[in-house]
Amino acid sequence: MPVTNSPRTLFDKIWDDHVVERLEDGTCILYIDRHLVHEVTSPQAFEGLRMSGRRVRRPDATVAVADHNVPTSDRSKPIEEPQSRLQIETLEKNVAEFGVPYFPLRSASQGIVHVVGPEQGISLPGMTIVCGDSHTSTHGALGSLAFGIGTSEVEHVLATQTILQKPAKNMRVSVEGKVGPGVTAKDIMLAIIGRIGTAGGTGHVIEFAGSAIRGLDMAGRMTLCNMSIEAGARAGLVAPDETTFAYVKGRPFAPKGEAFEQACDYWRSLASDDGAYFDTEVTLAAEEIIPSVTWGTSPQNVLPIDGSVPSPSDEPDPARAAQIQRALDYMGLEAGQKIAGTPVDVVFIGSCTNSRLEDLRAAADVVRGRHVAEGVRAMIVPGSGLVKHAAEAEGLDKVFLDAGFEWREAGCSMCLGMNPDRLTPGQRCASTSNRNFEGRQGPDGRTHLCSPAMAAAAAVTGRLCDVRELVKETV
Amino acid sequence: MDKFTELTAIAAPMPTENIDTDQIIPARFLKTIQRTGLGKNAFAAQRYDADGNEKPDFVLNQEPYRHAEILITYDNLGCGSSREHAPWALLDFGIRCVIAPSFADIFFNNCFKNGILPIRLPREICDELMDDARQGANSRLTVDLERQVIVRPNGEGIPFDVDPFRRHMLLEGLDDIGQTMAHDAEITSFEHRPSRAWVPSITIGTVK
Ligand code: SF4
Repeated sequence: MPVTNSPRTLFDKIWDDHVVERLEDGTCILYIDRHLVHEVTSPQAFEGLRMSGRRVRRPDATVAVADHNVPTSDRSKPIEEPQSRLQIETLEKNVAEFGVPYFPLRSASQGIVHVVGPEQGISLPGMTIVCGDSHTSTHGALGSLAFGIGTSEVEHVLATQTILQKPAKNMRVSVEGKVGPGVTAKDIMLAIIGRIGTAGGTGHVIEFAGSAIRGLDMAGRMTLCNMSIEAGARAGLVAPDETTFAYVKGRPFAPKGEAFEQACDYWRSLASDDGAYFDTEVTLAAEEIIPSVTWGTSPQNVLPIDGSVPSPSDEPDPARAAQIQRALDYMGLEAGQKIAGTPVDVVFIGSCTNSRLEDLRAAADVVRGRHVAEGVRAMIVPGSGLVKHAAEAEGLDKVFLDAGFEWREAGCSMCLGMNPDRLTPGQRCASTSNRNFEGRQGPDGRTHLCSPAMAAAAAVTGRLCDVRELVKETV
Repeated sequence: MDKFTELTAIAAPMPTENIDTDQIIPARFLKTIQRTGLGKNAFAAQRYDADGNEKPDFVLNQEPYRHAEILITYDNLGCGSSREHAPWALLDFGIRCVIAPSFADIFFNNCFKNGILPIRLPREICDELMDDARQGANSRLTVDLERQVIVRPNGEGIPFDVDPFRRHMLLEGLDDIGQTMAHDAEITSFEHRPSRAWVPSITIGTVK
């Protein structure tokens, strides 16, 4: 292990503690502590193992769950779509054959892999965590190095419990100050992506720092780290602190008793040293961030809710101007129009970005005493069975059902058009998910990314609007 | 994996930034449990209309670009989802080399693992190659990985950088797993370090 006295970042420390070997050209064999597996990106990897007669090296560091394909309606019924069913059956066959722990579809613990990992204490601070899914960055909220990998790498990790990688560059994004009312982790992250762009973090791991970040609860930190990939970063990180330890303590797979205290001492030592070098530094003032939505087909197409849609004529680069025009055409918007007031057809509150109990509470606070606007389909999809139960114990299901929302089973749902929850062509959706790409929520669907509170406000007014106006009314 | 040594082929120009993996292969086609067969749905939303007919204005529906083996785009190619179905779809379509000013990290990696060579070149050079590509069938590019050079139709050579380890793996058609397994002893000794004692194991019966 390289022991140096020069100050190191959080990323450097976790990295150094997981290097098995450094190869000649600088590529490292990096040990992986947790490998999360889901049904979409794993079948070809297990097939590869089978064909080469290899086994899973560490089934006791691997956990599988199905989430992308699963319908979010009644779980007692079989899955209708034959290809979806085949993918889930294939996962079940593979975990049985290779001895991998698995949360079955009917289990109360089933849910979106990036909600389940932290919730169960499977993902812990200081770990390296991978999954064949780009939003693995979510787990970085715990202070772990977590990133998405492709299926060939899934096979590589199954077989060797390592991956081959070169170290990333360090970026620190500091958000200082206190956000105003109605401004959430989602708005902070959209503001960051709007600032640095969807390629701004390429080649970097982003450490989120500053007083506004320290003040976020774990759900908020997960929202932030979740969308690091939308800023192009390999991973996002928040240094583990007392908020983290309080969250981890008592989770089913977390260390217990004395072992937990010892682990906390180690986790505390991981924070970036004073004077550690960051290749890139970005600072934002929390006070300047206001509730935001996206207008286009890239997460960097973000606007504060009081903003106006850009015009291609303001863009000097012809290729970029053409892209703005294409996004406007796709989204059915006019150059220069105010984004607030745009009518929506569907509201989706869910996904690994914003489907935790805290997210549902924030939405319920807006919905309470109101009703979904006429003609709008509004759905709540909790991130896991446990989130659903916890919300029901607080009576949140009743708030949503009384207001005319659908209250569904856990899964990826309308975040991507792989299961029955999809937009139909031309439908416009206020969505708490993370990607607004063309066709992401269904062919020709139109996505506006926003926070749960903003999505709830859109549901009850039928339009994209400033949630602060609604909250003001109730005060 | 097929070796990549030298390729002389038609290049398709796609002068667009941020071509994401949802565009390369939309989510509804990810339900396969195989690596092959995705080529017909590569760029599905841009390639076909609602009835499944080809849209004539999309470059890969035009001659000679239906036979393209090289793709040239603008910045941030392959952003978004980690789905390896994106390079599988490109490969199944026939693409063996992608050229852009910048790539998203996971996609860049995934290309190498499937025998596709991703090449980063400055935007001005991508523009020049894009102009070559627009000349059509008589204007093939040669990508020589051994010499690390792209030869334009006018004979000019454009050098490019590639990670030496990745270059070696592509030239020999090697897969990573076998290489890493040769380091088994080091991996095992890492697993037994006392400093790792805190990492809990997950026993199969406890997950339900
Ligand atoms: S909720 Fe969406 S982003 Fe998250 S894992 Fe599922 S499909 Fe991916």
